[in-house]
Amino acid sequence: MTLWTTILIGSVVVAATKFVGFVLPARFTESPTVQHISDAVTVALLAALVVIQTVGAGAAIFVDARLAAVVVAGVLLWRKVPFILVIIAAAAVAALIRMLGWMA
Amino acid sequence: MSDQRRATVSMALGVVGAVALYGISFGAVSVAAGLDVWQTQVLSLFMFSGGSQFALIGLIAAGAPGPTAILAAGLLGVRNGLYSIRTAPIVGRGFWKRLVAGQWTIDESTAVALAQPTPELSRLGFWLTGAGIYLGWNAMTLVGALVGDQLGDVRSFGLDAAAAAAFLGLLWPRIQSREPIIIAVVAAVVAVVAIPTLPIGIPVVVAAAIGVVMYFVQHRGRA
Repeated sequence: MTLWTTILIGSVVVAATKFVGFVLPARFTESPTVQHISDAVTVALLAALVVIQTVGAGAAIFVDARLAAVVVAGVLLWRKVPFILVIIAAAAVAALIRMLGWMA
Repeated sequence: MSDQRRATVSMALGVVGAVALYGISFGAVSVAAGLDVWQTQVLSLFMFSGGSQFALIGLIAAGAPGPTAILAAGLLGVRNGLYSIRTAPIVGRGFWKRLVAGQWTIDESTAVALAQPTPELSRLGFWLTGAGIYLGWNAMTLVGALVGDQLGDVRSFGLDAAAAAAFLGLLWPRIQSREPIIIAVVAAVVAVVAIPTLPIGIPVVVAAAIGVVMYFVQHRGRA
């Protein structure tokens, strides 16, 4: 599959999903089971993506400055710091650690 | 402008500003993942869902096969479908209006719309947030993609860590009670075990399955 194919099919799939509530009958979409399963899948996916993005390096685990940055992000989120400041702080922490040459 | 109206506008603009800035990071990380500026921009214009976009480029960068990247992006986009159940009645009738409203149905526009005290303010909040984020996210994606090309290694600016923090930021409001926290912890532990043992891209598919299984475990005998 070429990169363009992946991008186009992915875009169509994600965009089409947004129209579910505009076309499907409410009795299906408003089912609590459907909503709860969707919530559970979203939480599990996001948690896995945090891990992959933080310590993943292809098919290996690699601990570096990203881990410190994500720990800082977690503390800031817990302290109810706005989303955008959390992102900036995480980038700054990782950049600083790498500049100082502490972690790869 | 009434106080209530001003509060709605201020909430919408605040959200727009924050998300637009985060668009720079997407643009830069995307070109670093190996996409060109056009491919990056197509994702922001047509996929238009931050979590799905980051998942797709993250998996591509990690070397995952296309179908796996599409599956992860698609599963993360399922929540938008649920949001649309709430936003469809706010938008009202008209084909083109509904077409645009569907594309702009994302975390932030839904959250702002549902936070308003009256239907009229919900409509205002939805359109203002949706339009603002669509324009801001796309403009900043372009800036990030163009600047990212010049930056060289985005790692030295910590942008790879910013992407990880962004996923945590999206997850955070969803893990405020015991059941979702347990799901998140189980999925995270499984991911750590799965990354070095399973082919690239499969760990996210396993995580999605964990979510379904955990739902049934937690709701056993209660339905």
